Amino acid sequence: MPAKRHAASTTSASAPVTPATLSSGPPTLKTNASAAAIAQHVWEQYLATTPQRTLLLDAFMAFLVLVGGLQFLYCVLAGNYPFNAFLSGFSAAVGQFVLTASLRMQTSDSGSGSSSKPSSKGKNARFADDDKEEQSSGTSHERAFADYIFGSLILHFFCINFIN
Amino acid sequence: MAQSSSLDVLLKGSSGQSTRGLLRIIILLTIAAAAVASRLFSVIRFESIIHEFDPWFNFRATKYLVQNGFYSFWDWFDDRTWHPLGRVTGGTLYPGLMVTSGVIYHILRFLTIPVDIRNICVLLAPAFSGLTALAMYLLTCEMSTSPSAGLLAAAFMGIAPGYISRSVAGSYDNEAIAIFLLVFTFFLWIKAVKNGSIMWGALTALFYGYMVSAWGGYVFITNLIPLHVFVLLCMGRYSSRVYISYTTWYALGTLGSMQIPFVGFLPIRNSDHMSALGVFGLIQLVAFADFVRGFLPGKQFQKLLTAMVLLTFGLGFGGLVLLSVSGVIAPWSGRFYSLWDTGYAKIHIPIIASVSEHQPTAWPAFFFDLNFLIWLFPAGVFMCFQNLKDEHVFVIIYAVLSSYFAGVMVRLMLTLTPIVCVAAALALSGILDNFMVMTKPNPEAQAKTNAEDSKSLRSTQKPVVGIYSYFSKAVVTGSITVYLLLFVAHCTWVTSNAYSSPSVVLASRMPDGSQFIIDDYREAYYWLRQNTPDNAKIMSWWDYGYQIGGMADRPTLVDNNTWNNTHIATVGKAMSSREEVSYPILRQHDVDYVLVVFGGLLGYSGDDLNKFLWMVRIAEGIWPDEVKERDYFTARGEYRVDDEATPTMRNSLMYKMSYYNYQSLFPAGQAVDRVRGTRVPTESPQLNTLEEAFTSENWIIRIYKVKDLDNFGRDHNNAVAFDKGLKRKRASSKKKGPRVLRTE
Repeated sequence: MPAKRHAASTTSASAPVTPATLSSGPPTLKTNASAAAIAQHVWEQYLATTPQRTLLLDAFMAFLVLVGGLQFLYCVLAGNYPFNAFLSGFSAAVGQFVLTASLRMQTSDSGSGSSSKPSSKGKNARFADDDKEEQSSGTSHERAFADYIFGSLILHFFCINFIN
Repeated sequence: MAQSSSLDVLLKGSSGQSTRGLLRIIILLTIAAAAVASRLFSVIRFESIIHEFDPWFNFRATKYLVQNGFYSFWDWFDDRTWHPLGRVTGGTLYPGLMVTSGVIYHILRFLTIPVDIRNICVLLAPAFSGLTALAMYLLTCEMSTSPSAGLLAAAFMGIAPGYISRSVAGSYDNEAIAIFLLVFTFFLWIKAVKNGSIMWGALTALFYGYMVSAWGGYVFITNLIPLHVFVLLCMGRYSSRVYISYTTWYALGTLGSMQIPFVGFLPIRNSDHMSALGVFGLIQLVAFADFVRGFLPGKQFQKLLTAMVLLTFGLGFGGLVLLSVSGVIAPWSGRFYSLWDTGYAKIHIPIIASVSEHQPTAWPAFFFDLNFLIWLFPAGVFMCFQNLKDEHVFVIIYAVLSSYFAGVMVRLMLTLTPIVCVAAALALSGILDNFMVMTKPNPEAQAKTNAEDSKSLRSTQKPVVGIYSYFSKAVVTGSITVYLLLFVAHCTWVTSNAYSSPSVVLASRMPDGSQFIIDDYREAYYWLRQNTPDNAKIMSWWDYGYQIGGMADRPTLVDNNTWNNTHIATVGKAMSSREEVSYPILRQHDVDYVLVVFGGLLGYSGDDLNKFLWMVRIAEGIWPDEVKERDYFTARGEYRVDDEATPTMRNSLMYKMSYYNYQSLFPAGQAVDRVRGTRVPTESPQLNTLEEAFTSENWIIRIYKVKDLDNFGRDHNNAVAFDKGLKRKRASSKKKGPRVLRTE
């Protein structure tokens, strides 16, 4: 769930911005930098390397997190009386978020190739053939988007049915 | 694929891909046909009839659905069961089965094929078992590159007794369609993990939703898939495919499962579902960590990761504890505990322990239900370890979990069977492919390699004979063929002898070998239907509630739904107490007739006296002061019904109803109970508050009418004594009365 954590990491990075400026935020990073500095670094890298379309998806995901968080807050503060309605609203947000994240993975995986692919599995080279297989059968953008719409339709059908 | 093509080259020369495809389809259809056909024993031997207990309720509900439409079925409040409470049937059942057969019924009607709904219900299970075989083929094909594995698995699944036990024609139960859905959901899940596409994940969720609507065993999927994902994560095999398929499945599947009223909010309240939620959260974190890792060199990443892990773990654990303590999350359900501690149910919930299919499995049952698959099973699991891909991890987890569960509860043998079929088919196809396809290595190439290897061991230079010879091939294939044939013979035998009895109609053999049909149940239920008012309340032990509702169409006090333990205990108390105690209970519950099952004359061991101790135990759970299990045993701890039976036993309503007038069938002093193998007291027990209304041909069912209050305001003891015209008896009974009271 990149966006949610990003929302968190931005807030955490904006507060301790003064120590981070000591290193003047260059792409190079000291090995013993603090967690906050690392987060700052990640944020900058992210802004620099992500293509426009993916950023759009991320913005949508951030929005969904916001919507879901608001509903949850309402549920905690004002009580969960129409529980069905809360649940379907909340799970619509979560489900849509998850689907969007999946779409983002699929499009950015096969789109930007292996260079900026986040989920590079360098750690387990044992399964290199597995990796190759995955890349060759990587879904096209159109297919990914069609899948996304299919999933969203089902999701919203369930939600509307459940909302009472 | 390479293996398959070489196999075909070997067997069929240059036949094309399409020929092989056609052949495969034909084989699959034949397997499906065999699966259907082997389940029809009971229809051929008896008739097209619904079996056992639960199916009768499903059948009744289906009839209601077909007659009154979907919406009124959904809102069905059934006032003819659980008198006087009633049951919100629409909200407390899994509607998948009934809706499925309702849809089939309407489709057939639309095609102008008028089929009776009963026949659809009877034949639904065999039809779906054919589909299960196909789903099994698909699932196994995902596991193995060898095409023979899928076909073998389909054939095994089609005829394995472990699955047939729940899907013969007429056993119209939830499992009939649930196993198909289980296998198919797993197939879709494997497909989703392999492809990492939202579509397969969504399809998995849809079929999961269908499964939830059909069977309570869906919890197995709910826990197995997260466990699979969790193990994959622990093995460092996280990939976007896993993320996509799991999150899609969870988000959609959970919403889908909440559409069923009976499940409702359980997926977020009940602890059984918490692992899925936990893994859902975990995989989000892992995905994010993986995402961040793309930007960072190793060291900083680790630092960030530890900080994050500590934070989220602390928060999550604290939250979980808080929720459990404050009671937002329901405590673990009793059935769940009994899965882990086999003694749990016996101590705490007698009603669960009293059901025979909740007992631990006996060892021979494994062989009985699976035959030679059970020893191929570990071999297949081992072969999964050899090429350990994501889907093989799934097989291993499934195998471990379900073999544990199958050992705990007899009925979970059903969930073990599919994976045993998969593993055995993998093992067997591995053997067959190796032996039949392996061609003799080319001698020239052999010589070449030998030359390259210079002088390795001398023995390695000879062995072209070894396993390449036709002899060894013939031995292996021959023995496997023999095993397969034995398996088929065993399955047919088990199916025809053990699993094809409707248990509503019993069959036995006469001394001359001819078949003798014992039809007491239907005789008695039909008597009830014809001779009692439409809303006469029938009290019986809960086993027979569904049958009375389905066949006799009369209101019952308790039935197999067992949702209200107290109500069942009330019936248990009425059955196990003295008449003076029972009669007020019967009056309070408007009982008109009491039905008992008595197998003493015929030697039918599943009768009420053998179940009597469970009634006592369940009643004791609620009224420990008034009903005591110890009182029903003799001083030496024996459970006896003859002259030495304890006074409590002999005065209990159940005992009296069972043996009332029984000795009149025999010459004086020779009355024998054939089930318990003992002599019966020569004097008939005396019933004051009930009168015999009906006894079936073989005495299996006995129905008693509850007497109305006496016209003159006497109690029934006195009235009966007066009717007999015995003043002396009355005095003596008066004398006896207090003495009995004092001993208690």
